[in-house]
Amino acid sequence: MSAGELAGLGIAEARRRLAAREISSAELTADCLAAVEAADALNAFILKTPETATEMAAAADARLARGDGGLLEGIPLAIKDLFCTNGIATTTASRILDGFTPPYESTVTEKLFAEGAVMVGKTNMDEFAMGSSSETSAWGPVINPWRATGDNSQRSPGGSSGGSASAVAAGLALGATGTDTGGSIRQPASLTGIVGCKPTYGRCSRWGVVAFSSSLDHPGPMARSVEDTALLLQAMSGHDPKDSTSADVPVPDFAAAIPGDLKGLKIGIPREYRVDGMPDAVETLWSTGADWLRAAGAEVVDISLPHTKYALPTYYIVAPAEASSNLARYDGVRYGLRVAQADVNDMYAATRRAGFGAEVRRRVLIGTYVLSAGYYDAYYLKAQQVRRLILRDFEEAFERVDAILTPTAPEAAFAIGAKSDDPIAMYLNDVFTVPGDLSGVPGISVPAGLSAEGLPLGLQVMARAFDEETMFRVAGRIEDAAGFDAKPAAWWRGES
Amino acid sequence: MSVDKATVRRIAHLARIGVEEEELEGLSGELSSILNWIEQLHEVDTENVPPLASVNHATLLPREDVVNDGGDPDAVLANAPERHDDFFAVPKVVE
Amino acid sequence: MSANGQDLIQGASGEWEVVIGLEVHAQVASASKLFSGADTSFGAPPNSQVSLVDAAMPGMLPVINRICVEQAVRTGLGLGAAINRVSIFDRKNYFYPDLPAGYQISQFKNPIVGEGEVEIELADGRTQTVGIERLHLEQDAGKSLHDQHPNLTYVDLNRAGVALMEIVSKPDMRSAEEAGAYLRKLRAILRYLGTCDGNMQEGSMRADVNVSVRRPGAELGTRTETKNLNSVRFVEQAIHYEARRQVDLIEGGGQVVQQTRLLDTERGITREMRSKEEAHDYRYFPDPDLLPLELEEEMIARIRSELPELPDAKRARYVAELGLSDYDAGVLVAEKETADFFETVAAGREAKTVANWVMGDFFGQLNRSGLDVADSPVSAAQLGGLLDLLDDGTISQRIAKQVFETMFQSGEDARTIVEREGLTQVSDSSEIEALIDTVIAENPDRVAEIRGGKDKLVGWFVGQVMKASQGKANPQLVNQLLRDKLLAG
Ligand SMILES: [Mg+2]
Ligand SMILES: [Zn+2]
Repeated sequence: MSAGELAGLGIAEARRRLAAREISSAELTADCLAAVEAADALNAFILKTPETATEMAAAADARLARGDGGLLEGIPLAIKDLFCTNGIATTTASRILDGFTPPYESTVTEKLFAEGAVMVGKTNMDEFAMGSSSETSAWGPVINPWRATGDNSQRSPGGSSGGSASAVAAGLALGATGTDTGGSIRQPASLTGIVGCKPTYGRCSRWGVVAFSSSLDHPGPMARSVEDTALLLQAMSGHDPKDSTSADVPVPDFAAAIPGDLKGLKIGIPREYRVDGMPDAVETLWSTGADWLRAAGAEVVDISLPHTKYALPTYYIVAPAEASSNLARYDGVRYGLRVAQADVNDMYAATRRAGFGAEVRRRVLIGTYVLSAGYYDAYYLKAQQVRRLILRDFEEAFERVDAILTPTAPEAAFAIGAKSDDPIAMYLNDVFTVPGDLSGVPGISVPAGLSAEGLPLGLQVMARAFDEETMFRVAGRIEDAAGFDAKPAAWWRGES
Repeated sequence: MSVDKATVRRIAHLARIGVEEEELEGLSGELSSILNWIEQLHEVDTENVPPLASVNHATLLPREDVVNDGGDPDAVLANAPERHDDFFAVPKVVE
Repeated sequence: MSANGQDLIQGASGEWEVVIGLEVHAQVASASKLFSGADTSFGAPPNSQVSLVDAAMPGMLPVINRICVEQAVRTGLGLGAAINRVSIFDRKNYFYPDLPAGYQISQFKNPIVGEGEVEIELADGRTQTVGIERLHLEQDAGKSLHDQHPNLTYVDLNRAGVALMEIVSKPDMRSAEEAGAYLRKLRAILRYLGTCDGNMQEGSMRADVNVSVRRPGAELGTRTETKNLNSVRFVEQAIHYEARRQVDLIEGGGQVVQQTRLLDTERGITREMRSKEEAHDYRYFPDPDLLPLELEEEMIARIRSELPELPDAKRARYVAELGLSDYDAGVLVAEKETADFFETVAAGREAKTVANWVMGDFFGQLNRSGLDVADSPVSAAQLGGLLDLLDDGTISQRIAKQVFETMFQSGEDARTIVEREGLTQVSDSSEIEALIDTVIAENPDRVAEIRGGKDKLVGWFVGQVMKASQGKANPQLVNQLLRDKLLAG
């Protein structure tokens, strides 16, 4: 067995081998931890937790030996540093949480650990999940394991769950948690050649997940196959009485929904997603994807989601508005950074100035502005109305079709720094994912091909609210047809 | 909509984010360009469209009125930047 | 006092009318907080009743308390107000060290309760209706202690997240007396309903007082808001001071500025709050962590059917059914504890006698000891026992008063005291006759005067005989026997 071989296993396969006692979680976890150690160049982790991982793996092995392993018993995962972890520092990639150790465990991680999952570390991300490139972290940018053919320059893994995406793509963990507010699971999944799923709003509890934009934040899974993603979502889902927006609906067996053809299903191709300047490879992949679904028995039809172009500006009112309020608690009083000043207002201003990075400050200012007296109706209220129209677009479309197929992102992984100076150019990366967050419908990105430069491209499948089963089945057929098995060259492996 | 320097200063104060005088110009430009881009929303006819605060698939489920939390000041205070006895301490506020 | 009963302020340039509205924050009677399971009881050590939700730790979320919602509905129904089937929780954003999240969850555009009214009674017997604008649910903030350290403020979050009902009146009051009567009446209603304990010293009820002045009948003037007054007296003090200050200001050529003020209770003056100087922009928006609050019609109907009898209805019943005077009924219903006490004693007894005892000896003793009805050492059952002894002739009225005093000191039952001290009324005529004979024998001069026609002296003999019996002789019997002996011959 060579280093990284176990870490490269799929979750479904690892579960089989663990259950058969062919491998132990200790071995599997050690292999992941070694891979993590050798991947510092990716800057995928803010905090590595090898000791915790080793203990968890031992406990998992004991349960496996007793034959009472959970759904994810012994499976090493990377946890986005937006999830609060009991007794383990949680930073949300921000200086403002310097020194903060939560005395509680987020519902999602608690559920994962209750099913036996092993945490290898806390992954790097855009600060407070605000970004699409994982460059705004106080711990520096995350690097995409993928490089363009014949070009050694560093690429962004997308964001904000870029650390989780890079960790999964580079084989440092078998899966990861992410959060998706404007595309932060699906877009990095697309840019790193993995699967990422944003479930229906209310499917996964937000309790213990550091809030960015409460009405848009969706915790969800990232993994290397549709089945693995389904297994993770299974473990993460369920009603949580501690989150008032959590839906009290049954959790189906998502993985069981994957097999089967698409006979009788109608798939919509929204014409508004054909945007200017989209690379040919993306355009071509999209129509190839439609062909695959037709071949699997689906009927593919053109549909219209007329308010698509307004989704981004709507998002850039709603998300900063909620964020400006959600981030008010970082005031240097009860936890985290405090910059000492004699006057309390000066203390707030100095603390928040030093603690928040430029993008977070920018969004808090925008959010404060759009909610302030005299601007509320023109911005915030208007955005809420347009949001209703965007939801209606989806409701009407889903009266005609069972799923919607789109590209996940308008382009493949871009160079680190390429969009740092132009916020709007950065925001445009989420043009296909933001509508799903605004409307709350589930979406998944499946790696489906390579760009002209040899970088991964994903296709997105969206479905009706709480119909993740259809979403997974359609995603499964794309996965089968695409046969995406490209891997990034392991250039990052340090000779440590 | 262009956001002038005075507005940036006012907003920054409301948000309690320190801003240096030299930064105001740049921020005013950045915020203005974002707001200008956002303003394409005004093309949309939203007459009689009820606002949507959140896509909710749940009804508000209340808790029962039982005391089952609190009682652990150390958990509450453990992360405090400045703690005096069992109080959080902040620079003096003048009422 | 003007013809229509309003207090007008006499300024240098003429009369001014004061316009007053109250925003009362009443702590909801509940075991746990509005959005967390932490304890609400008063007086706990600092930060010992704080959940991580109350401390606004990252990722914490609010979950609404069913009882708090029901209490708001109950209060709304008690105020005769409209209950809104759908209400919305909003965030009110501002920075203050005892506001952990940087926002207060409150209700802004869509409160749980709409318009209602409160009937108040004034000293001169007038009654008046004060409109209620709305009632909404919101969280309390924590407590800042500014006097514990020379340059630090200490923060205790025990109160943070406790449920409050903010009850906003219309600007319907025209004097400090009216405002005081409104506050007392509101407090009584809440206590009858059991939705707030009304304990103002502990901060369970605090009032923000909006005061403006105008020429009688003119447009509303600019108002000031004096915050956080926790007694009726402070409310009255603030109104007196503010009204006078505003009149003097305007008459001196100045203008009233809309601002938030604090009452300096020692000096009896108000001053501008430094921390509220800046123009506020609370950036209210619907809290995305909470869905709209939808109330079931059945829940509202159930609460309506369970409403207790409120003071106005009780007062009317005391007059109509128990034959009490309007004044007595008003005194007895003013506090729920008093009414409960009275009703317990009055059950199966003569209501007027009970009312006289409760309002006379009982209130007298309470006042002298500085106690509330709730702390009375004499229970309603015990007072009833005393009245029964009086009623069946076991003791005299005079002995009853004496026994009551002993009961109040010792907390014993009347019967125990009467038996131990041998206070049973003597109705045995031979025993009384013996006493009479002694008194007559000792006062031959006065006997002669009576026989000479001075009938009135019989009363003096009654007193002497009663004294000789140490008050135990049945006074009617003494009177009868004395008349027989002194006048018959
Ligand atoms: Mg107020
Ligand atoms: Zn209030």
